Amino acid sequence: MKTWIAFANILMKDMRSYYLKPPNISWGLIFPVAWTLMFFLRSPVAVEVRDLLPGVIALSILFGTTSMLAVTITFERKSRSFERLLLAPISLNLLMLAKTSGAIIFGVVNAFVPIVFAAFMTGLGGINWLMALASIVFIAITSTFLGLFIAVSVSQVFEAQTFSNFFRFPMIFLCGLFIPLTDLPVFLRPLSYALPLTYGADLLKTAVNNNGIISVPLSFLLLLAFSAFLFAYSIYNVNRKWIL
Amino acid sequence: MKIIEAENLKKTYNGFTAVKGANFYINRGELFGFLGPNGAGKTTTINMLTGLARISGGRVKLLGEDYTRNPKKAQAMMGIVPDESNLYEELNGWKNLCFCGALYGMEKHDREKRAQKLLEQFGLEDAALKPFKAYSKGMKRKLTIAAGIIHEPEILFLDEPTTGIDVAFARQIRTLILDLHQKGTTIFLTTHYIEEAERLCERLAFIVAGEIVRDGTVEELLKEAQEENIITFSLGGDFSGVEEEFKANFPGFTCRIGKGGMVSVHSPEIFTLLPLVQFFEERGLSVYEAKIARPSLEEVFVKVTGIELKKMQNQKEGRA
Repeated sequence: MKTWIAFANILMKDMRSYYLKPPNISWGLIFPVAWTLMFFLRSPVAVEVRDLLPGVIALSILFGTTSMLAVTITFERKSRSFERLLLAPISLNLLMLAKTSGAIIFGVVNAFVPIVFAAFMTGLGGINWLMALASIVFIAITSTFLGLFIAVSVSQVFEAQTFSNFFRFPMIFLCGLFIPLTDLPVFLRPLSYALPLTYGADLLKTAVNNNGIISVPLSFLLLLAFSAFLFAYSIYNVNRKWIL
Repeated sequence: MKIIEAENLKKTYNGFTAVKGANFYINRGELFGFLGPNGAGKTTTINMLTGLARISGGRVKLLGEDYTRNPKKAQAMMGIVPDESNLYEELNGWKNLCFCGALYGMEKHDREKRAQKLLEQFGLEDAALKPFKAYSKGMKRKLTIAAGIIHEPEILFLDEPTTGIDVAFARQIRTLILDLHQKGTTIFLTTHYIEEAERLCERLAFIVAGEIVRDGTVEELLKEAQEENIITFSLGGDFSGVEEEFKANFPGFTCRIGKGGMVSVHSPEIFTLLPLVQFFEERGLSVYEAKIARPSLEEVFVKVTGIELKKMQNQKEGRA
């Protein structure tokens, strides 16, 4: 059987049905922009756009990927249309990769929105674009699999939103997006290092301003490890909870 | 040739046994039915056969090959129509069908051609571009069946295909099922409508509380319940003394005269009609009609399971 046909069609359907719809624009774009403006307005000293850029990019990816994926999978499961996918002759791994690919692509596209805005406000010279792109892709994959982990852990749509925020909001403060890790209380730092976005944001800081504090290979390796764990655990959960 | 074989199939959920060692088979090209009340294990059995539920015990084979531990290898040959329509609400009928074809690896040209053909066959061509959420319940069910056969499966599983839809649509769906069957599709149908099972199925299994209590062809099941041969006559004339004379002429037979000239003749053996007609005519009675009285499948079901059918159907449809 030509499994790529199934893969491509699941991806295309999700892109058309979910990722190009208004809720994603609000959660994925407007929300991070609002956060950025808040930092500008609240800061007693002038804030350099370039200093905020890695954090805003990371936030855009995080909210863009997790907001819809967690909800749509839960919604499809509730409406039983997900059963149709489970009954298709494609492996569960491939099915879940197809379901998450749309979110990964959307996360990557989302990342470029703040970059385009920043280009109008400040110079973007000296950015290591290759590393920035790699970081964006890795953050998008990890955040998407976090969304998948949330989706398969809950049964109701409202639970998906609540559970997403349980992870997302602490990440804003704990992952060094806007508050440097070194400025965090010592007792909170272990928690920061247990969250994948810490490594993604640090990679972006290195790529944009060359001021990251964690080893680049280690950050990539840890993001890969987080992704593998979240995906494997989600598949385990689908097998355990959805195929009764 | 057996297309599906289930051997000692069991399903347990948190200590509750939903299916208790079911044994059955479905021949290629056959229309096989599962008849049973709500909660009997019909949907659980379909879910186990199609890979949507893990099998707790026993095994299943498709064309002789065991797929108990790897249902994915059998799913390409299966079409599944669940008891509730599960297509995508936001997609239109055409896109839903094409998407379902793509899930089975069909090329774009093939799935579009097949979708068009199915929309015409199912009388949905005018609704092809309407979103699925705008369909009526009957139309939704029809499109779900079309989605189940877009990839031309070897076997089609239909879970309660006419439940909850109006009479006209139910009738259309039954005709479509028979049409599919006549074209050679093997069909496994679950229902709680006895008349539907009797009209559509070649072989049937009665399932109650997770157990198959009886199976066989409709004829076999009817024969089993037929304890005596009965012919009913519609007669006109004077019946005085007829019963006694009948007894003397036909020893071993019983003649019961009812209201309005209805007379029934009972015998443990098969008997011919002509001597009886001659007997009544010689006694000056006019014979208007004679017909063999057979037990209905409903009587067989009630006798075997002890479940009242009306109660079973009302329960499924949510009526008190």
